[in-house]
Formats: sequence, structure tokens, C-alpha cells
Amino acid sequence: MEIENRDVILRLLHQNGRLSAETIASMIGETSENVSHMIKEMEDEHIILRYSATINWEKVKSERVTAVIDVKVTPQREVGFDAIAERIYRFSEVKSVSLMSGAYDLQVVIEGDDIREIARFVSERLSTIEHVISTTTHFLLKTYKSDGVIFDDNEGDRRLVVTP
Amino acid sequence: MTELTHRLSKTVRDLPPSGIRRFFDLASQMQDVISLGVGEPDFVTPWHVREASIYALERGFTSYTANSGLLELRREISRYLRKFELDYDPETEILVTVGGSEAIDLALRTLLEPGEEVLIPEPTYVSYRPCAVLAGGTPVVVPTGMKDDFRLTKEALVGALTAKTKVLVMSYPNNPTGAVMGSDDLKDVAELIMTRDFFVVTDEIYAELSYGEPHHSIAAIPGMKERTILVSGLSKAYAMTGWRVGYVAAPREIMQELIKIHQYTILCAPVMGQMAAIEAFRHGDSERDKMVESYNERRRLMVNGFKRVGLDCHEPKGAFYAFPSIASTGLTSEQFAEGLLKEGKVAVVPGHVFGESGEGFIRASYATSVEQIEKALERMDRFVQKLQPQQG
Repeated sequence: MEIENRDVILRLLHQNGRLSAETIASMIGETSENVSHMIKEMEDEHIILRYSATINWEKVKSERVTAVIDVKVTPQREVGFDAIAERIYRFSEVKSVSLMSGAYDLQVVIEGDDIREIARFVSERLSTIEHVISTTTHFLLKTYKSDGVIFDDNEGDRRLVVTP
Repeated sequence: MTELTHRLSKTVRDLPPSGIRRFFDLASQMQDVISLGVGEPDFVTPWHVREASIYALERGFTSYTANSGLLELRREISRYLRKFELDYDPETEILVTVGGSEAIDLALRTLLEPGEEVLIPEPTYVSYRPCAVLAGGTPVVVPTGMKDDFRLTKEALVGALTAKTKVLVMSYPNNPTGAVMGSDDLKDVAELIMTRDFFVVTDEIYAELSYGEPHHSIAAIPGMKERTILVSGLSKAYAMTGWRVGYVAAPREIMQELIKIHQYTILCAPVMGQMAAIEAFRHGDSERDKMVESYNERRRLMVNGFKRVGLDCHEPKGAFYAFPSIASTGLTSEQFAEGLLKEGKVAVVPGHVFGESGEGFIRASYATSVEQIEKALERMDRFVQKLQPQQG
């Protein structure tokens, strides 16, 4: 029951991080105390890492540039890809790093103030790391949907106010 | 009454205008109203269903279909109904209709002779009574109440039976009360129906939206299929209200007659809706189940909220409505709903709209966002607290 509830709480918080423990408790038929306790546990276990907002930066005229970089690396004995991934994700401009199957190994997403900053990062920082074999940089032009959220959703509530 | 009106059908003129209409007009004129008055899902039809319909249009599916609907769809309906232990032949016992609404009309018109009585447990959806009248029948109300969780009991039914009783209209899970009939409740009622030998029209449009035990159909009880017309559709379960796809399932002898009305008045349900329905039945279960789970969460939130506000609310176990009592405020349903709308800016539907036994209650739909529900509950709380001092 507790494990099931934890999954439901995670789903609800992932949709809306501002839901209070009281509201969640009411929705799933639990006590607020238990829900608060479970959330605290999941924070302590680093299952819940932080609460953040999903933002459409294009609407605030941000000039920031985002690039997705495919990185091929040589895995190392004992640590595989982990050590090299760590050397990459420690850079503050790196937003995400994932190990991929297929044509390349690591997918790195970075953000910079302009294209030059990203170019500099790739040529001076990323490519020069030992065991990095090659990089392919793609600039992100527009985000339509991210993490389940459609950015320009025009499917508003079209229902009549009162219907039988 | 103008001279022109006077020349129109008396039966139609005598139909009361829908009580919901007035509230719709009132609420539509106001700004910043939170509506708990909507009788349909707050989800848009899942994209894969819409996409399948677009693809069907691209391929040129724009013509009439067989009167009874695409055989492929009837096969899907037949397969789907097995989940409720129902066995209907797609070739001869299933008809695709323009929403559940057409299905109700067809069922009653097929069964009724002038003057025969139609038992209608109330509070209930607003269409059964007018449809019964238009089919020449005489509606007989069977009141249900909060003490029975608004279920239909054998006792209530016995009291309403006469020599003219022809058909009982059942609608569970129920709009507006959220009541469901468990298998024992159904057996009780079915026994009486069989001994007294009359028909049932069962509207099971909310079947998927059952939150406790899974839905049971009265047609699945041995001996009941031959006297039952089952009416349902995809509107509520698959968030497809605007597509207007419903269906009737009935034994062959009934279907042979019923389909004639559909042939002459409708011809067939729109083909794009039928193509969308096939997709929904084939690949829509996981999206459907997610929506149901989401209603269930909001159901608990709303019912708990009403308890905090101090309104007595039985547990609605189906559909997406809560039906709290407002008797403690001393107001009538109409006064409460109008006051709440004007002062609290929350639209609900007064219970009496669904029959006299709905007086003293309001219908609030939880098919709206968690934020809206919480805000509406706060506004209601303020409205109810302000009433209390005047009540002493």
C-alpha cells in the first residue's frame, strides 16, 4: 500500500509540484501526516530531488542558446562510462547528461549566452577531455513539448458552463 | 401564448423547459465563475483517437455506413461488452447510434404503447421523462433517497407498480447522484422485474467510471437479457462527448423493430465518429484508465471538501458528480445554487432539476482541475459560513 501510494504521490507531484500534502492526502484517501512523512522519506532518499517550474523561456525573450551534443567516448576499465560522464556533468553550463544506446554514447545538453560560448565549450572543454572521441553539436531551435507539457497548447476548456 | 405556438403539438408545448437552461443563462453572463456544472469530461479526446479519425477522413471515409453502423465497430462493442459478462451478436443485436441520447429515445419508442407507464427512479438525468412522454408513455417517478445512497430498492419499486407498468429506466452509475447498483442490489430488483414481467432500459454510459467494485450490468443476470435494452456510448469513458457515438444492445427480436426507427430518422451515425470509436475500443484502454484514476482522486478531494464545509454528502461511487445535501442551510436547492452563483461565483446545478426527490441537494461535477475544485470549495465555504448566523 505504501509503495503504491508513493508512486501515486510521485505522479501527482510530477504533474504539479505545488500540491500540498493535505490536498494529496485528500485525493488518495490518506492522512496528511502519512503523506508528509512519505514525501520527506522520498526527499531523503533522493527520489525527489527538487521542486521546479516548467518554463517556456521563449516567452520571456531569453537570448540563451541550447545545444544538444552527441558525444562518442571510449569506456574505461572498471568505471565504464560513469567517470567520463561525471567529468562532463560537473560543468555548470551542462544541463543534462544521459548514456544512450545507438550511434553515440552520451547525450549532453548545454546552455550558453550565445553560439560562441557553446562553440568554445565544445572545442576547449568537451573535446579535450581524455577518452572523448568525437562530438556532434545540434542547436535547439524551438521546444514544442518538454517533459509531458505542450508549450503552446491551444486546447483550452471549450465546454459549456452548465450542461446536463 | 402566440397563435403560432398554439398551433404546434400539444405534447411538445406541454414539455417543461429544461431547468438547467436557466442556470446556463445566468452563469454564462457572469465573469470569473468556477463551474462545477458541466456534465462532461474535462479531458479532450485522446490524440490517437482524433488522429485515427483524421486519417479516416484522409482516406475518404465520408459516406453512409450500414444502418446499424460499421460491422467492425459492432464487433468491437460486442467484444467490449463481454467484460460485463454480456453476450451480444454484433450482426443482429448491436446498433450504433448518435450518442446515448438517440439510443434512449429509440428504446422507449420501441417499447411503449400510448398510456403505458415508465418507471423512472429519480433524481436522474433529465432526458428520460420527456423521451417517455414523446413516445406516448406516462412517466411514473420512483423516488430514491440519501438513506439508500440513492440506489433503487425493491421496496420503492413495488410501491410504483401498476397494471400499466411497461418499462423501468435504470441509470447506474447515476447522474446526478453518483449512485451505483452492486450485484446484490441488481439481483433484488431483477427478481421483481421478472416476476412482474416488464422491461428495462438500462443506461450504462458511466459504467467505466465506477470507483469501488467494477460495474455490473442488470442485463447479465440470467433471464434479464431478453427483457433489457442496454444503452451506452463512448462519451464519458473515452472523453468523446462531441463525437456523438453511442450504441444499443438488445435481443434480436427487439433490435429488428428498434432499428426501423433509426433507419427512417437517422440513417446511420456519422462515419468519422464511428472510425474514431473503433480506435478508442482497440487502443484506448490505458488512456481511459488514467482518466478514471484522475476522476477518482478528484472525487475524494471534493467529497472530503464538502464534509469540511459542513455539507452532508453520501459517497458517490460512480460517474463524476457529488450530490451533497444543502438541507442544513435551510435554503431550497434553487435558492442555494442561485445564491452561490451570484455571491460565491460557483456554478452548481440545483438538485430539483433532476426530479422532486433531488430537492435539498446540489450536483457538483468534479470533472475539473484540482485547483478549480479547491478554489470552488473555499468560495462555497465562505458562502455557507455567511448563511449560518441567519439560521441561528
